[in-house]
Amino acid sequence: MGELLKERMKQIVTKRQGDHAEIACGKASLAGSVSQRACVFCGSRVVLYPIADALHLIHGPVGCAAYTWDIRGALSSGPQIHRLSFTTDLKEKEVVFGGETRLYNALVSLIDTYKPKGAFVYATCIVGVIGDDVEAVCRRVTKEKGIDVIPVMSEGFNGTKKDGYKIACSALSKLIGTDPVYKAPEYSINILGDFNLAGELWMLSEYYRKMGVNLVACMTGDGRIDDIRKAHTAQLNVVQCSGSMVHLAKEMKEKYGIPFMKVSYFGIEDMSDALYEVARFFKSEEMMEKARALVKEELSRLLPALQPYRAQLEGKKAAIYVGGAFKAISLVKALRLIGMKTVVVGSQTGNTDDYNLLKELCDEGTIIVDDSNPNELSEFVKLTGADLFIGGVKERPIAYKLGLGFCDHNHERKEALAGYEGMLNFAKEVHASVCSPVWKFMRGPTPTLPEGEGERGNHI
Amino acid sequence: MLLRHTTSAVKERSALTVNPAKTCQPVGAMYAALGIHGCLPHSHGSQGCCSYHRSTLTRHYKEPVMASTSSFTEGASVFGGQANLLQAVDTIFSIYDPEIIAVHSTCLSETIGDDLGQIINKARDEGKVPLGKHVIYASTPSYVGSHVTGYANMLEGIVKYFAEKTDEKKRQVNLLSGWVEPSDMRELKRIAKLMKISAVLAPDTSDVLDTPMTGKFEMYPKGGTTIPELVSMGDSMKTIGMGSWATRSAAVMLDNKCKVPFEITDIPVGLSATDRFIQALANAGRVSIPESINEERGRLVDVITDMHQYLYGKRVAVFGDPDNIIPLVEFLVDIDMKPVYVVSGTPGKAFEKRMEAILAERVPEAKYKNGPQADMFLMHQWIKENPVDLIIGNTYGKYISRDEKIPFVRMGFPILDRVGHSYFPTIGYMGGIRILEKILGALMDNIDATAKEESFELTM
Repeated sequence: MGELLKERMKQIVTKRQGDHAEIACGKASLAGSVSQRACVFCGSRVVLYPIADALHLIHGPVGCAAYTWDIRGALSSGPQIHRLSFTTDLKEKEVVFGGETRLYNALVSLIDTYKPKGAFVYATCIVGVIGDDVEAVCRRVTKEKGIDVIPVMSEGFNGTKKDGYKIACSALSKLIGTDPVYKAPEYSINILGDFNLAGELWMLSEYYRKMGVNLVACMTGDGRIDDIRKAHTAQLNVVQCSGSMVHLAKEMKEKYGIPFMKVSYFGIEDMSDALYEVARFFKSEEMMEKARALVKEELSRLLPALQPYRAQLEGKKAAIYVGGAFKAISLVKALRLIGMKTVVVGSQTGNTDDYNLLKELCDEGTIIVDDSNPNELSEFVKLTGADLFIGGVKERPIAYKLGLGFCDHNHERKEALAGYEGMLNFAKEVHASVCSPVWKFMRGPTPTLPEGEGERGNHI
Repeated sequence: MLLRHTTSAVKERSALTVNPAKTCQPVGAMYAALGIHGCLPHSHGSQGCCSYHRSTLTRHYKEPVMASTSSFTEGASVFGGQANLLQAVDTIFSIYDPEIIAVHSTCLSETIGDDLGQIINKARDEGKVPLGKHVIYASTPSYVGSHVTGYANMLEGIVKYFAEKTDEKKRQVNLLSGWVEPSDMRELKRIAKLMKISAVLAPDTSDVLDTPMTGKFEMYPKGGTTIPELVSMGDSMKTIGMGSWATRSAAVMLDNKCKVPFEITDIPVGLSATDRFIQALANAGRVSIPESINEERGRLVDVITDMHQYLYGKRVAVFGDPDNIIPLVEFLVDIDMKPVYVVSGTPGKAFEKRMEAILAERVPEAKYKNGPQADMFLMHQWIKENPVDLIIGNTYGKYISRDEKIPFVRMGFPILDRVGHSYFPTIGYMGGIRILEKILGALMDNIDATAKEESFELTM
């Protein structure tokens, strides 16, 4: 690894017996690196995006809106306003004289046309610099139009993508508690940090429903403004994707006394724990029985179905590079279930606790990395001889070029990967890619000429 | 009905862009820079910009797209980005070792007033640019123009830095390519070769964004215009710029700096534009037009002849970038279709004039508009008022196509949901046949799918 940046060495550790070196993380990327990370705006936008009956207006030049137009497969069972792209499309004039009037006019005209239940206004980089008072405009439109218009102060430079999550959480917390009438029934929870990619939330809420648990609000998968208003009435917050939503869970605990638990829905163990923990919380033996029955039923279907995949994947090696480290932890376990070993694992936004957990979980020799880049990743993959890469859109073609299988565990996934059904989909996806015949065809034909005749085909 | 909110009554909007038919400058600068061999594009701004551009280009090309970022933070936005860029230059040359760094600005770095030229000079003075390596730049504020403007600005920056006039005139022609696919760039080189013209094509993304599978990840693939080629452009006989929006400023720059005269043609899309381009190329290279080119033309005309009855009078809505859709609209008129709606998000007065010249006589009912509010929302409203038989544009056209049940041909940038554009050219006479094939395929598939049983035909 001679080529690696010296400054980066602290963000990479290899698991070895007796080695207690802690990984450095939560740092801004080094200027000049080909970082796979995004910005504050991106963080806020992905968290709030699935709220389907809200208007999402991006205040800035056109790019930020164009690049985030319908890129996340966060499904809605009803309205689809979130999938359209609205921008104030700022020009030089506004950069000089300010964009508040433009923002006001855009908001009013959009609210009149689309009649949304609420609106989020995202401030992008230059809005922070030209000094538009976005909050004031939002207050004014809230008053005039009678719907909540919530500023999301997500200037791109103002920290990392993780800070964007926090800002999105504060936007949500402005809505929570604004329904004074609703009373949640017994055994009510909120799901935090599921975005209903490929319909995952629908599967999860069905599991909980079968256990007799009522879902008040999901933040933010298949989200609705009015549900979020009622979220303070739930008795428990179940938090997935700790990176993005744990701030909100903490705040709700302080403000409304709602306890929270961190769960993961990927892989059998974590998924089942997510159900048992909820039953344990409500101290209901009946609920626990239902959960056990559900898990038993699901597993009796799933385990035999996994067997053929496991048989072919046994002993294969995987490299993981995803947004949040919490997801990486579940992936390591899920891979184990189908016989695969994790040899590289990293994330864009993990914290020290996450990385310590990963280190504990992984096998000897596993490389653990924070905020990596394509050069490093391709070096690690070569070094470890991985067969599979799990990552997002920017990693896919690199993995393919290296001749590796790939599984998108980011927002471009097409199949649900959460839950029991998701575990089977995951095994299928991994199998489809790792065992694809295409890897056999990387070398073309080599003519075998009799000795001394012509040139030997050494070009491959 | 994803676009169920689109109303058919067109209302004047000034503050708002809905579903933009464009994106921002930096992604164009990045694409142009990728067409230079050994060049690493660098985004001087927040991390998200670079991440979004790379993701978009990756989705379009299904290839790794490398670029670095200045990773702006709060501090940079207050004190300026000089320190970030200086560190970036250092980091990039020591780790990623490109021949060239192509820096482009963003809305943020422009607004806080960073002077790229001055910072890069400082980097040189401080010895951060190794001997024989280059740092070039272009100013690409996102609040001016569109992605096409960014492409043009970077292309201008490239020739401004490299082209040199010596005493030795070269018997070669400069081809400045507008924003087209790697397949089109390859086709341009093939045409020049057929015509026995020695040509320097810049930029050239073939063998950069359509690389073969080898099992290796190449940070700098073998394609791209080389430095010696770029330098030699100053000694060429003539420059042909394809597309006024994308190439005029670079052509003018070459004329001013090196006294290479230029001619701006349309991108050779379809019959008439290719005729003019071939004529211009023959004149510039002082060659006659070879029979092989005439034969290709003959084949295109033959296909039009064979199929003209299916094309006659069909109403088409077209959206995209001016350089690409002007010759396309002309081609549609040539093949007796009626391009009744034409929309481009890229501003520029020449658009209306060209449209009028092409459409006034043959399609007097046509509506066309370009600039900020010329978005997909407007085009959809026009279609609702009076429908069309075909839509041609980038992937974002699929929403309207689905909702209104109108056949759809994908052309332009970005195409996020199909393959082929990187491999099959749509320029030149052969590209014209490809366009026809796509149009006829879409129209005839629709006839087959919707025909009543009794009129469902085997032979068409």
